[in-house]
Amino acid sequence: MAEFLQLVFSGLTVGAVYALVALGFTLIYNASDVINFAQGDFVMIGGMGTVFLAAAGIALPLAALMAIVAAVIVGLLLHRLAIEPARGASPVALIMITIGASIFIKGVAQLVFDKQFHSLPAFSGDAPIALGGATLLPQSLWVMGVALALFVALYLFLEKTLLGKALRATAANRLAARLVGVNVTIILALAFGVSAAIGAIAGVVVTPITLTRYDVGTLFALKGFAAAMVGGMGHPLGAVVGGLLIGLLEAFGAGYISSTYKDAVAFVVILLVLFFLPRGLFGGRTVERV
Amino acid sequence: MGTTVSRRWALRAVALAAFMTSAAFAADPVKIGSVVSATGPAAFLGDPEAKTLKLYVEELNKKGGLLGRPVELVLYDDGGDANKARTFATRLIEDDKVVAMVGGTTTGTTMAMIPVFEDAKIPFISLAGAIEIVEPMRAFVFKTPHTDKTACQKIFEDMKAKGITKIGMISGTDGFGKSMRNQCLKVIGEYGITVLADENYGATDSDMTPQLNKIKNTAGIQAVLNPGFGQGPAIVTRNYAQLGIALPLYESHGVASKSYVELAGPAAEGVRLPAPALLVVDKLPADDRQKAIGSAYKAAYEKATGQPVSTFGGYGFDGIQILTQAIARAKSTDPQKIRDAIEATKDYVGVTGIYTMSPTDHLGLGTDSFRMLQIKGGDWVMEAK
Repeated sequence: MAEFLQLVFSGLTVGAVYALVALGFTLIYNASDVINFAQGDFVMIGGMGTVFLAAAGIALPLAALMAIVAAVIVGLLLHRLAIEPARGASPVALIMITIGASIFIKGVAQLVFDKQFHSLPAFSGDAPIALGGATLLPQSLWVMGVALALFVALYLFLEKTLLGKALRATAANRLAARLVGVNVTIILALAFGVSAAIGAIAGVVVTPITLTRYDVGTLFALKGFAAAMVGGMGHPLGAVVGGLLIGLLEAFGAGYISSTYKDAVAFVVILLVLFFLPRGLFGGRTVERV
Repeated sequence: MGTTVSRRWALRAVALAAFMTSAAFAADPVKIGSVVSATGPAAFLGDPEAKTLKLYVEELNKKGGLLGRPVELVLYDDGGDANKARTFATRLIEDDKVVAMVGGTTTGTTMAMIPVFEDAKIPFISLAGAIEIVEPMRAFVFKTPHTDKTACQKIFEDMKAKGITKIGMISGTDGFGKSMRNQCLKVIGEYGITVLADENYGATDSDMTPQLNKIKNTAGIQAVLNPGFGQGPAIVTRNYAQLGIALPLYESHGVASKSYVELAGPAAEGVRLPAPALLVVDKLPADDRQKAIGSAYKAAYEKATGQPVSTFGGYGFDGIQILTQAIARAKSTDPQKIRDAIEATKDYVGVTGIYTMSPTDHLGLGTDSFRMLQIKGGDWVMEAK
């Protein structure tokens, strides 16, 4: 039982990280049909930015805030300089642009920051919490808590606010949205900005656990993308469930089967899900898009 | 017309004067080639190597060069890409006509370049870790870094001395972790140690608690060994502390750097690992043979670059020293003679260890080149021998 619980803790922590990245994917996809592969790099900017600002003597909360703002600026620039000029291009072309942007961000990060791994002190200390024979780091609770809070906030924003509805309307039909008075350009910029903020916040809270380096974004983007696909691309709840599911599968795969097949276990399940539910677990609702 | 002629003469005179002021530079330079991964994923290895090579070639030239000739370092950056490394290796031989080569940051780039140098019969001193570089023996290939096999032997010696006979292993699945795991399993029998749990993790994984939990729940394990490299071992160390595993944890020489201690934080307390003397050069006893050279290199590197010294730069230091000393002994820049002189390197006290090469050993380091260290209070402490 203790072993099971330990694996659950491990899976939920890692899964919450994936879920946060997947949420970022969801938002941009909802607004623009673009799968933004630079999403993982926002996580990196959040983590690395905080590390370097804190090292420069700025208090941790302020450093984190500044790093998040920096990521938002990068997100807005990404939209303004790379996505917006290619307006009207096919989603595949736009996805390629985001991959290019991701490589570019990594290159700049190598110069602005450095090529080493860095860490941040855990927010509430390193003393593990013992629970039913298993242990949990306080930072894991932070990650899960932040993931939950961001999810709720994003859900309320998309479902309950006018701006959120405008965003969904833009995704459903850009022309129709424009006809009813939605400023599509601003909505898209908003999606990139908020998405960058989500990524950067994730970066700040996960860095004490996962460490960070200029190129960690690739891994986050891949796992986050898988989570978003499993959950059903474009659905916030799906992103969270998909992220947690992959995290748990990895933990159980490593713990009960073999650490050699850890990733394989997770990806086999993903393939099965996509095979039987091609739109993902929660994707049924987005059928209206043609 | 007259003015142009006289101006031309004036220019020549200036050029000649400049030429003559650098006294030793009258002769053709001795060209030494290098291909390192100064950028890309292995940059943390290749960057200090490149800086060290440049620094010491410069210093050599200030002292009058080699054999009365200046030394020219032809340095290329392969960015960690084995294909590029091979292209640069060919260029070094065909266009730059180097007499020897010190470089090859990673095992991948080194293995890609070996055939080029073997075919051209140009000596190649590699700065990469894996034992495959010098086993099987190749006539023109040498290396300066310790092998993972030596590290395994050092660790097992220490375990044996402490009466540890049953261990758990958790290895990275990257090249370094895999290679070291295999080397360890090869020599482990000689020390009467058995592996009860053999786990692994992906090089970019961010959580290893499931694997460590398995090791924790395996009865009879007395110590845990983590062959790995990069951030993986730091996370293993943190998870190890999180799970409250009280057994001794052994790390590899791959994490013998301050950044590991910083990343792992308080969890690193008590971790044991083998490391080159350079890491603890300040703490070496005054009569230690490596103290003087290690301190000198550390001071020179830190002054020139403003960065803390690393063992990787030390591999470059030993490579260029072994090569230039061999050229001096050979009194020739004929690659064949240089090769013979490198092979005859005897009792060279370097920053990595004390090298004695032979026709059957193109590395020349034993387990005494490693010091067993323990991390205490965020710093290295030497274990009594």
